[in-house]
Amino acid sequence: MLDRRSLLIGSTALALAGPARAADPLRDDAGRALDALRTPVARVFPAGPPAAILLYTLAPDLLLGWPRAIRPAEKPYLLPQAADLPEVGRLTGRGNTANLEAVLAVKPGLILDVGSTAETYRSLADRVQSQTGIPYALLDGRLESAPATYRSLGRLIGRDAEPLAILAERTLATMRARVAAVPEGERPRVYLARGPRGLETARAGSINVEALALMGAVNVAGPGGSLAQVSPEDVVAWAPEVIVALDPAFAAAARQDPLWQATPALRTNRLHVSPSLPFGWVDFPPSVNRLLGLWWLGKILYPAQFPEDIRAVARDLSGQLYHVVPDDPALDRLLAGTP
Amino acid sequence: MSGTAQVVALLGARAARLGGPWLALLALVLAAALAFGVGRYPVSLLDVARVLVGRLAGHAPDVAPAVEAVVLQIRGPRIAAAILIGAALSVAGTAFQGLFRNPLVSPDILGASSGAALGAVLGIWLSLGVLAIEGLAFAGGLAAVACVYALGAALSGRDPILVLVLAGIVIGSLLGAGVGLIKYLADPYNQLPAMTFWLLGSLSGAHPSDLLPLAGPVVLGTGLLLALRWRLDVLSLPDEEARSLGLATGALRVAVVAAATLVTAASVATAGIVGWIGLVVPHLARFLVGPGFGRLIPTAALLGAGTLLTIDTLARTLAPVEVPLGILTAFVGTPIFLWLLARAERDWS
Repeated sequence: MLDRRSLLIGSTALALAGPARAADPLRDDAGRALDALRTPVARVFPAGPPAAILLYTLAPDLLLGWPRAIRPAEKPYLLPQAADLPEVGRLTGRGNTANLEAVLAVKPGLILDVGSTAETYRSLADRVQSQTGIPYALLDGRLESAPATYRSLGRLIGRDAEPLAILAERTLATMRARVAAVPEGERPRVYLARGPRGLETARAGSINVEALALMGAVNVAGPGGSLAQVSPEDVVAWAPEVIVALDPAFAAAARQDPLWQATPALRTNRLHVSPSLPFGWVDFPPSVNRLLGLWWLGKILYPAQFPEDIRAVARDLSGQLYHVVPDDPALDRLLAGTP
Repeated sequence: MSGTAQVVALLGARAARLGGPWLALLALVLAAALAFGVGRYPVSLLDVARVLVGRLAGHAPDVAPAVEAVVLQIRGPRIAAAILIGAALSVAGTAFQGLFRNPLVSPDILGASSGAALGAVLGIWLSLGVLAIEGLAFAGGLAAVACVYALGAALSGRDPILVLVLAGIVIGSLLGAGVGLIKYLADPYNQLPAMTFWLLGSLSGAHPSDLLPLAGPVVLGTGLLLALRWRLDVLSLPDEEARSLGLATGALRVAVVAAATLVTAASVATAGIVGWIGLVVPHLARFLVGPGFGRLIPTAALLGAGTLLTIDTLARTLAPVEVPLGILTAFVGTPIFLWLLARAERDWS
């Protein structure tokens, strides 16, 4: 509650200070000044998938391409004109797949990067900005910051981000309230199974388990904040009550496998494959696509607290975030978790 | 006095040579007992014995189902895979070091690991299932060495061995570039970590269904190298001398390359890239039993099995999560190899 109140006070203060702030230089979430930014922005270059998804949800018309071309399976869940945008590569400092000259050639008014605002990324942003002369905005990509990130983006590109910021705020607040109602001891012990063998996981604190952490799931892999390789023996010893799998092929194999059947999750039929369309619901890319995943996680972790029909939720949120309401077959494919 | 001491030293060395294989066997048995006895899931050695005896006798063992799963589905297959791969890589390294008459040669000298790595990352990139990924890795390893051998044969000048090694280096680096390209194209949030973990090498995914596809090539290749052990002695002589003793060096070389490649590709397909074992263990074995392949090959097999098994036991117990095998073997292998190098400097000069 305190969080919400301070947020309200903060946004009121911001609204009151509005006219005075107009003269201030625009800044990104890393506190970097974006002097060269001219609003309204006409074209935005997404530095990576999280940026592309965030921008698409708020202003699909500004997106000039995708870091990776949209695949046929993903198309029905996105606006046709946006789904057909070209592949422009990733821009992450070293190890770019996008070429800086190619970035200049498509004439973006802004390069948008969403993710960590740590020094590494701040300095890379400075470097690209000084080389290209294009303002490079680095926004906070944490799921908890989604409402603030929407507002930052809205301010930078001159769009009204309030509806989506409020959607994110309400979603997070609903999740927090419902999870808080579950006593600590009744929150399930969860294993996140990544990779083709399901033996890659993310330890607590990692960006890959932000959605799970927000839902109060107890990460059996313990703290560490990184991806890790584990052995099936670890998984059996951890005895997870729920397994969230990303790879449908792994999940199908695990259901037939005596090794995985030694976990409580499989014995009680609580191995679930995360939906992945048009973008991963639980784990990746780490952007606002995970807002949908929170509802899905709520359903599988706390069935009693989440009586809503997940199909209705998926329809509603897909419409608001992705501007497309999937038809029934598309919705079935989505919820079945098949690629 | 000094004469007596010399006789005693010689007798001692001879005893060590005779006892070498038994010593290696004892080390392997101890390593296996340790590997069965420790792990994240508490299982006592008594429970292990109960499960194994129960299975052999054909009645259900008197233990919790999870204990049985750990012993039969997880730890057992993992131990079997470590033994097979450790033995295979060591025997392949021993044979290659003899074939190339060079102590710095490891089983992946002809590109088997690079080929397998390319096959595996390709499989992960295409989102294939585990068995398909392993199959692609195996095929990639074999195909790479076949390319190297064909190239070596086509270019073969005065020194076929040198041409072969150089062809291996060239093809290996080309395949490495292919791996780099696919990692570059991979989805950075999902596929790239999977590829990185795979390339670092691990037995954490060892599954009962891996054992047959692994054991087949390993038993075949190791058996062939074991059968050729006496001929390998002759191969360490210069080519003309070997031929004058009536040995078909060309055919023998093909057989050794084929057998060593088969076991290396199968190992890398199952466990990812596990370096150093095939380079260091042959030296340790030679230190124990001398250079004669008759004793050297079985000793290297036993010693390699025990070594990789011990390292894998460390890999799954050292830290809260798995430590990649390739990293541990490098940490363990480098100092041993430097020590051997310092020793060899004295022995060979």
